[in-house]
Amino acid sequence: MHPNKKRLRRSMMFLNCQKPALIKDPYIYQPDSIMLDLEDAVAENQKDAARYSLFHALKEIDYRGVERVVRINGLDTPHWKEDIRVCVAGGADTIRIAKTESAADVRTVEEHVLAAEREFGRPEGSTLLMAALESCKGVLNALEICQSSDRLIGIALSGGDYTKDLQTTITGTGVELMGARQHMIMAARAAGVQCWDTVFTNLDDMEGFERETKMIKLMGFDGKSLVNPRQIAVVHRIFTPSEKEILFAEKVVREIDDKKAKGIGVFTVDGKMIDVAFYDGAKRTLAMAKAAGVYKGVC
Amino acid sequence: MRNAVGREIPEEILKETGKEAFRGAYAFDNYEYRKAAPTVHALNDPGRSKLVENIHEALVKCGIRDGMTLSFHHHFREGDYVVNMVMEEVHRMGVKDITICASSLGKANDPIVPYIEDGTITGLQSSGVRGRIGEAISNGKLKNLAIMRSHGGRVRAIESGEVHIDIAFIGAPTCDEYGNMRANGGKSDCGVLSYAMADAEYADRVVAVTDCLVPFPNIPASISMVHVDYVCVVDAIGNPEKIATGAAKPTTDVRKLMMADYCTQFVIHTPYFKEGFSYQTGVGGASIASTISLGKIMEERGIHMGLGLGGITTPMCELLEKGLIKKLVDTQDFDLGAIESIKTNPNHIEISASEYANPFNKGAYVNKLDFVILASLEVDVHFNCNVVVGSDGMISGAQGGHPDTAAGAKCTIVILPLLQGRIPAIRTDVTTVTTPGETVDVVITDYGIAINPRRQDLVECMKDVDLPFCTIEELRDKAYAMAGEPDAVPFEDRVVGIIEARDGTIMDVVHQRKEFSF
Repeated sequence: MHPNKKRLRRSMMFLNCQKPALIKDPYIYQPDSIMLDLEDAVAENQKDAARYSLFHALKEIDYRGVERVVRINGLDTPHWKEDIRVCVAGGADTIRIAKTESAADVRTVEEHVLAAEREFGRPEGSTLLMAALESCKGVLNALEICQSSDRLIGIALSGGDYTKDLQTTITGTGVELMGARQHMIMAARAAGVQCWDTVFTNLDDMEGFERETKMIKLMGFDGKSLVNPRQIAVVHRIFTPSEKEILFAEKVVREIDDKKAKGIGVFTVDGKMIDVAFYDGAKRTLAMAKAAGVYKGVC
Repeated sequence: MRNAVGREIPEEILKETGKEAFRGAYAFDNYEYRKAAPTVHALNDPGRSKLVENIHEALVKCGIRDGMTLSFHHHFREGDYVVNMVMEEVHRMGVKDITICASSLGKANDPIVPYIEDGTITGLQSSGVRGRIGEAISNGKLKNLAIMRSHGGRVRAIESGEVHIDIAFIGAPTCDEYGNMRANGGKSDCGVLSYAMADAEYADRVVAVTDCLVPFPNIPASISMVHVDYVCVVDAIGNPEKIATGAAKPTTDVRKLMMADYCTQFVIHTPYFKEGFSYQTGVGGASIASTISLGKIMEERGIHMGLGLGGITTPMCELLEKGLIKKLVDTQDFDLGAIESIKTNPNHIEISASEYANPFNKGAYVNKLDFVILASLEVDVHFNCNVVVGSDGMISGAQGGHPDTAAGAKCTIVILPLLQGRIPAIRTDVTTVTTPGETVDVVITDYGIAINPRRQDLVECMKDVDLPFCTIEELRDKAYAMAGEPDAVPFEDRVVGIIEARDGTIMDVVHQRKEFSF
């Protein structure tokens, strides 16, 4: 498996490749990933200029460990093939496939990525993929998409286009996205890949943003697509285990390891009944805390 | 001659101006001098009126002639009409060779540029200049040297007689027929008249210009009738919409908020952050954001600011209202909230620019500052700041109180982004030195924080503080790594202006701009 396939991706921030001022140093805000956009944010007649900026940014700028995802144009456009060549030539970490509807879409992109890796002398398999699901068909095919490629790190919901396809709108209540969210997270978990929620575009409603982020964390998402650096701190706060959670998880792991050796199956930790079913969850909490830089323990 | 900040000051400039090269921020401590005095025309005939029909009559009665120095204040900021209306009349009368001594000049004063070009105006002395006047000076159109002084330096120059004002024109939001001027009321309310107070006391002739004549006595007066020769009522002294606007919306720019947060964290970890501390900040997004976040911590910890100083904005007034500031001492109001506050809150007090920052006083308010939070166009690796000349070599800013507060405060913090657009703001050399590095303690950027190595005490305080500290050289290197090392701006040999230090010595010179060519 690619060593970065399961890295921490709480915050994935979109940046318009058409605006050099935006892409020159977004790492100062410390998102986990940036998503350099060649798709909707870039004017139709500026795609080539955006690719040019993207290539030089990828080549010249040290993004200080922030994952560099590029959102390419959809497979129904004349742009995506050249987008892929530029991404691979520049050495992007991951390509986000817009408007993914099937496993075949992912495989089509994968073929072109492999060709580009050969063309530009990049290690084969080094470029990861993620799929944005933006239609009912895409959402319904979530499981096959999640299972389509070893390069695929996960799926992301694109709420705007998806609700258009549903023939409704984003209401702020989340009701219109409930089915897709639930379905996608189940598919992702079944396939062992990650899953990210859609953007929240009302920057003046930070309370609404926080509420939504808390909700999708509880639903099981790995993180969220973002449109502004203001949103990063909120997501990180919600998605980073608290000190209390870390201490509890550490105890659970230690106790389960200890009790297992002694042949004990069920016991209590801080008054809560614990058995081996808690082990993976506690391990995940510690792994996330470690990845987020708030835990340096050995469990 | 090379001065104390390493700038080459041409001998002919020292000779021409009779000034010394800068020797250090505190070289004039305990300096002994005799103050200047104006020529006064007594008014003891109670029947004689001070009212004049128009600016023309005021100029005639004041004996306007070639070569005089006229002074103005900048409390109406980008809404000012007074400079333009007086200079238009001076020009119409055919008077030449006028020196303008203004507390500052802005884009509102662009219309006087033709008078620079035709020799009506041959000298300019100001805190700084923006807009077309700056371009005119930088392009060599002003006959004499422009002199850029800090707010404190200007009052020093006036009170010590280095500059003698022949006629002061003082725009007054309200005035009575005997010349008692107030900054409040009327239609051009500007809050305070601090910068005009020295002009009123030291000019030979003083003309109050108002668009709101009120019944006598207009008291308590910011400027008293005892200094005023004539009162001229005009239609409008300024555009109220540009004099003061509503409070700026707090910034949502995460980069600025980050720098503001660094600043607040730095402030609260110094030993100066304690009950009764004193503080001044500017009007930039990051400065205001740091005031707001500092206010929250003051509230949480029950710490009060004993003195809030300076150009005042709404967020400072809000802290005063909450009881978190004991006295707000004011020389300039930047928004309507500040203007409203000084009218209604007895702990919000107007002072003169001399009290604020004159280095040749027996002490000024700036000397009592614990913290000042400033911005800058450029900072060099010696912590020298440039707030006047753009990185393109054009005069486009003002010293304001920058060098005064930096010299006075125990902890001077400068906040600026590492890159201004695509130009490194932290660099080996600034284009022009306006504030000496020995008075600058901390530089906060979006990429890290550098403490001046002179301040080992602050380095020690921050040892266990989780902030991104680095050296100023590291900041410069990061900036150069991203944007490249900037080439030196091409200049002609001719000196067009001098940056005067607070004490009247020469901090730096500004050369005429040279068009870039391959």
